[in-house]
Amino acid sequence: MSDAGQRAVDAVVEVRNLRTRLGGAVVHEDVSLSVCRGEIFALVGASGCGKSTLLREAIVLQQPESGSIRVFGQEVVGLSDEQALPLRRRWGVMFERGALFSSLTVTENVAMVLQEHTALGKRLIDENAAVKIALTGLPADAGPKYPSELSGGMRKRAALARALALDPELLFLDEPTAGLDPLSATGIDELVRHLRDALGLSIMMVTHDLDLLWRAADRVAVLGDGRILGTGTMAELARSDHPLIHEYFYGPRGRAAREQAWKHE
Amino acid sequence: MTRRAVPGPNGEAQIHRGNAPGEARCGGTWTLRGIASLEPRLEAFSWPAEKELALDCSEIAAMDTSGAWLLQRTLRALERRDHHVRLHGLRTEFDALLKLVASRVPEKRAPTPPAPGALTRIGQQAWRGLVNTSGMLSFLGEATAALLRALVQPRRIRWKAILHNLQTGGFEALPITGLLSFLLGIVIAYQGAEQLRRFGANIYIADLVGLSMVRELSPLITAIIVAGRSGSAYTAQIGTMKVTEEIDALRTIGVAPLDLLVLPKMLALIVALPLLTVYTDIMGIFGGMVMARAQLDVGFGTFVDRLDDAITLRSYLIGVGKAPVFAAIIALVGCYQGFQTTGSADSVGRQTTKSVVQAIFLVIVTDALFSIAFSWFKL
Repeated sequence: MSDAGQRAVDAVVEVRNLRTRLGGAVVHEDVSLSVCRGEIFALVGASGCGKSTLLREAIVLQQPESGSIRVFGQEVVGLSDEQALPLRRRWGVMFERGALFSSLTVTENVAMVLQEHTALGKRLIDENAAVKIALTGLPADAGPKYPSELSGGMRKRAALARALALDPELLFLDEPTAGLDPLSATGIDELVRHLRDALGLSIMMVTHDLDLLWRAADRVAVLGDGRILGTGTMAELARSDHPLIHEYFYGPRGRAAREQAWKHE
Repeated sequence: MTRRAVPGPNGEAQIHRGNAPGEARCGGTWTLRGIASLEPRLEAFSWPAEKELALDCSEIAAMDTSGAWLLQRTLRALERRDHHVRLHGLRTEFDALLKLVASRVPEKRAPTPPAPGALTRIGQQAWRGLVNTSGMLSFLGEATAALLRALVQPRRIRWKAILHNLQTGGFEALPITGLLSFLLGIVIAYQGAEQLRRFGANIYIADLVGLSMVRELSPLITAIIVAGRSGSAYTAQIGTMKVTEEIDALRTIGVAPLDLLVLPKMLALIVALPLLTVYTDIMGIFGGMVMARAQLDVGFGTFVDRLDDAITLRSYLIGVGKAPVFAAIIALVGCYQGFQTTGSADSVGRQTTKSVVQAIFLVIVTDALFSIAFSWFKL
């Protein structure tokens, strides 16, 4: 990595020597990684290895024991909700199960964020919400529906529309394709790439989905044993001889996804 | 990939007339933050009268989808007024954003369905009421059938669940029901004391408190408290299980939800509510006794002696006999509303409210019907 210096300057998320303990068990021993501006960065690892915990620490929902996390160059460890607010306006988060407010329609879910944070008029807010909903590929008639009336894939898109409400520079996605059928999941792969290209977003996501990794991720970090086992493009990681990484990518499902990806190329 | 420049201290979106005829100039940061002050000004902006407009966008320093939409919307409005707008100077990445928004948001908004008229709403309400009533009746039928099945095959009865419900719905309700009926006894005695003293009929305080508590108030207040405590809990529990698909899981495993969730609650409450009523009878009368001694100089001994004549066995049984009916109503309504929950946290809250209101309403209506029936049969 010859451009390490350049990367440090351009990093949107930078994690250094992170150590986390959850109820006595050490989850992160010593984790360091950085997400560059404009890239789709994926964090993978076995269940329970602390991927989602790391994400929650980056968005200031949880505090690590020690170490530093810088987002947009600003230290977020130890920030109160109030101090985190200006930063939170600059990033959007999509939770694993969508976390749409079930008492509001899809449009209201998106518009609510705009009402809280902008001084726009009601008409422009509603139109803006419609634009965001359209950007995620939802049909216009999804707007007045309640989350319980939507399919899983549509709910993910609606959650993404809410995450995009404030035109963020950075998106955090927690398992964007979890619980989706392959067709809807493919739709999400394309959507993520498309949004990054069209809006110039940086994206940090946590995922298990090997297909999503091959199709969408620019760079992938493998988390295991409390540290980062390897970082690189999927092709680079696939050549890694670290036993845990190897196991991850050369398990039966890993092989199928890899062959699929190569066929595509 | 920098689609946005950092907005300066006064990085607001701008629009003003250009020097040439038919020209306007946009500038500043067309971002979510920047367009807030522009929107009202844009409404009032006096566009040049020429049909051919030139919009110079070279000074736009930053743009996001919100700003792109505002520009797109403005362009569409101008075109509707037969202007022909030519953009120039817009940076290629902003132009891409503008095209993206234009392609994703159709020219015509989907027409919103008209709000239903008053007559339609009345019709819908009535229909919903009918559906609800018939649903409740069929639920009553199903529950009765399940109960009969359980009586024929007693090993289908879930004793553990019944005991658990007895504890939570009955035993744990003792403090609150006891306290409230005690206070109720005090209030009745206090209100009656003044009137009785005027007639020198102090001793009849025992009749007043005893009869009203045992026959009417104690079963009613207990049922109302239990409807608020347990009825709501039943709805919330079953409703949440419905949302998380646990009910469907039960069905798949081959356990009838009625057997596991409804029958134990109903049986437990049918046992617990009469017992609670006996207890609140005692606490209420005790409250009256305390007040009678303080206000009317009627001692405990005299009071209890008088109770013997005041309360017949029949009045006592009528009071306690209503309790199982109330219990069945509360359990049925609570469980029924739980099963009516659909897919969201909001729905759980709505059904719980409905459950408590309906249970209390039905308990009071039933009590009134009992009174009419008893007076009919001269009981």
